[in-house]
Amino acid sequence: MSITLNDYTGLQPAWCPDCGNFGILSALKKALVELDIPPYKLVIVSGIGQAGKLPHYLKCNTFNSLHGRALPVAEGIKIANRDLCVIAVGGDGDAYGEGGNHWLHAMRRNHDIIYMVHNNGVYALTRGQASPTSETGFISGTTPQGSPDPLQPLAIAVAAGASFVARGFAGDIDHLAGLIKLALQNRGFSLLDILQPCVSFNHINTYDWYYRRIYKLDNDGKYDPFNKTAAFEKAEQWGDHIPIGVIYLNKRKVFEDSFTALQGQSLIKKKHDVSKATRLIENAL
Amino acid sequence: MDLKILIGGEAGQGVQTAGVILARAFTRMGFHFFADQDYESRIRGGHSFFRIRIRDGQILAISESIDLLLALNPESLSMHLGELTLGGVAVSDSIRDPDLIQKHNIIFLPMGDIALRTSGSRMAANQVAIGAVAELTGLDIEIVINLIREHFRQADLAEQNVNAARAGQQFIMEQNISRLIDSVHEVIKNRRMLINGSESIAMGALAAGCKFLAAYPMTPTTPIIEYMAANAEDFDAVVVQPEDEIAAVHMAIGASYAGARALTATSGGGFSLMVEGIGLAGMTETPLVIILGQRPGPAIGLPTKTEQGDLLFAINSSHGEFPRAVLAPATAEDAFWLTTKAFNLADKYQVPVILMIDHYLASSYFTVEKFDLSALYINRGLPLIEDEMGKPHEYKRHRITGSGISPRALPMLSQALVVTDSDEHDEEGHLTEDPKTRIRMVDKRMKKMQGLHNDIALPLIYGPRSASITIIGWGSSFGPLYEATTALRKQGLNINLLHFTEIWPFPSRAVNKMLESSEKILVAENNATGQFAALFSLKTGRKVDGNILKYDGHPFTPEYIIKAVGKEAL
Repeated sequence: MSITLNDYTGLQPAWCPDCGNFGILSALKKALVELDIPPYKLVIVSGIGQAGKLPHYLKCNTFNSLHGRALPVAEGIKIANRDLCVIAVGGDGDAYGEGGNHWLHAMRRNHDIIYMVHNNGVYALTRGQASPTSETGFISGTTPQGSPDPLQPLAIAVAAGASFVARGFAGDIDHLAGLIKLALQNRGFSLLDILQPCVSFNHINTYDWYYRRIYKLDNDGKYDPFNKTAAFEKAEQWGDHIPIGVIYLNKRKVFEDSFTALQGQSLIKKKHDVSKATRLIENAL
Repeated sequence: MDLKILIGGEAGQGVQTAGVILARAFTRMGFHFFADQDYESRIRGGHSFFRIRIRDGQILAISESIDLLLALNPESLSMHLGELTLGGVAVSDSIRDPDLIQKHNIIFLPMGDIALRTSGSRMAANQVAIGAVAELTGLDIEIVINLIREHFRQADLAEQNVNAARAGQQFIMEQNISRLIDSVHEVIKNRRMLINGSESIAMGALAAGCKFLAAYPMTPTTPIIEYMAANAEDFDAVVVQPEDEIAAVHMAIGASYAGARALTATSGGGFSLMVEGIGLAGMTETPLVIILGQRPGPAIGLPTKTEQGDLLFAINSSHGEFPRAVLAPATAEDAFWLTTKAFNLADKYQVPVILMIDHYLASSYFTVEKFDLSALYINRGLPLIEDEMGKPHEYKRHRITGSGISPRALPMLSQALVVTDSDEHDEEGHLTEDPKTRIRMVDKRMKKMQGLHNDIALPLIYGPRSASITIIGWGSSFGPLYEATTALRKQGLNINLLHFTEIWPFPSRAVNKMLESSEKILVAENNATGQFAALFSLKTGRKVDGNILKYDGHPFTPEYIIKAVGKEAL
């Protein structure tokens, strides 16, 4: 029996009407159904922010953690049970601000998980303050002088050698669902930065603003995502032309593969043998 | 017999190596042994020492006096010469003046020169010293040689060190110096372990089935990480060194949510970073064990010294109210068993459990009878597997029960979905702001404190059941307190010791009863403000008559306690 959209129907979302999160939720459901992943094999770990509520609006194993801490929780889960499909979800403040250090090292170590970052360039849960990806000069209640230059998450991800770096757009559900499917099929750390219009607090990066600038990378033809120099160029491109699609691919050793204990059965299924401690006792004599 | 040896030298001179080899040798001969270490936060230079006490019977504390001083550098000699007992000797290679040697009972042993001649390097001076100790104390040199070979896995390096040790022994023998101990003990058949607090905790965690440790290196708990990492493969366990302590605690929470027994270990500074994770474990009802190795704070404080200054912080760590347990082992043996208990409590009640040690307990060596693994009990609480699940689609992770403990499904082990949230949530684990649900969920979580209360062992009384003076202690200070109160009773004082190793939830009612006939209550702790005394008064309503405090970065000694009680008892 295959999985249908009904299997993933969760609680009624409490997001603003027309919020970019709706598009992301639809794309995620579509990808999960198309790959026939049953809800009990999926864990979504979220942070705090409007994005952090996403798993409640699906139906799957859910760990809604703290602001900035989705990644380490997700990493621990994957290590304990590698048979689980583990997706971490957060916003730009969550991922690139509060959790920035975790993000850098998750890419460096190459944990076999996916990180979906709902990037709306604003703190929406707390009603409109500047975020690490707000446009230069973004005026908000906490930044009356204007926000400094934004962080470039994709360029950082390429520099960190992340194994899969892509950018999606909440306004193009089919394209985004395709990227999510690619991320789900990638072994290693997959960063999926998703441009998400915030209809209540970000009046700069609106749907229209994006529609006028976005173009799709030709992932099936000319563009080679394994070329780091080209990837870096695309990752930095912003302004009049904004690329979406798979920006960078880097086949690297997966973190979990370095541990003998993680070969064969998942860690939680391995039987514990107390008598093994006898050797430790003998060594202390 | 009660022999006290101090080996002093610079960091990098092998003070600890020499100490551990001697410790193992004496333990193998059947003696009981206790050793503590003192070093500075540097890799080379400075002053460090390894202080050993050897006895026929059980021993749990160091002493301030020295029978045999091994000074690997001049500073060690000048710093510790005054601590020698009558008849005690010092061994040094820095003083050649015959008058001084005679006057201070110093044995001149050219350790560096002998090491260079026999092993090709001055680095082996510590082995020359070990050989000398063997001769001075009647220790079987072959036992020492075997231990040196076990220590240096590389054969040629081992032989160089063996040669140095034999030459040290020879040098003393040729000088006809009388031995400090006459009788040479037989090697016992049932060997005892020589183990420090860190090793004991790591061993306890592996034996208890801990499958995941995430920890960031920090004195004094780094040896726990290294020990577990070295043995992880054999136990199908994973040890991860993440980017920081915040990641460490959250990784452990993730692994535990997925079903692995998970641990993190740190010191006060790292613990300060971890506290939001402790609240997350409390709110999501995820089992978690945290080892908190205290050292003097605040901030970096004295990074390689000891203190019991984090008690109230641990009990109150993280914002909000939630159940937890706080344990503080008294000895290395205790540390092994309490580590296994910490995992059981965490799993049974689905709460964070904090195991508090300190630099002193972490790095001190104890002689311990072999752990009886048949006595090891593992309680994973209520994890549900598919057969027991009934209707998986009706599963609620935070179901309200009489005990407050919800049956715990693990993701993917059944069709049941495991949903939890750091926001206040309903029984299903979905976020809610409904005031009635809030009250029910707080009550549900706090109810687990009642169960924990029943599982917390009461403090033990050492000495007469009732006495006019009671000293109260907690955690690692047990050894010195036990020895001091025993000695004080011999002097005629009507005194006993009430010692806590399981502190939170605080067993108020039982403790009040235990202290009914005590006229005077003194609380001894390794901190400046009397944190346990404050907790004790808060939870029992009883006043404390005196605080015995020490916060110079060094542990209590029996002598220090005896002196302090003398003042307080007047």
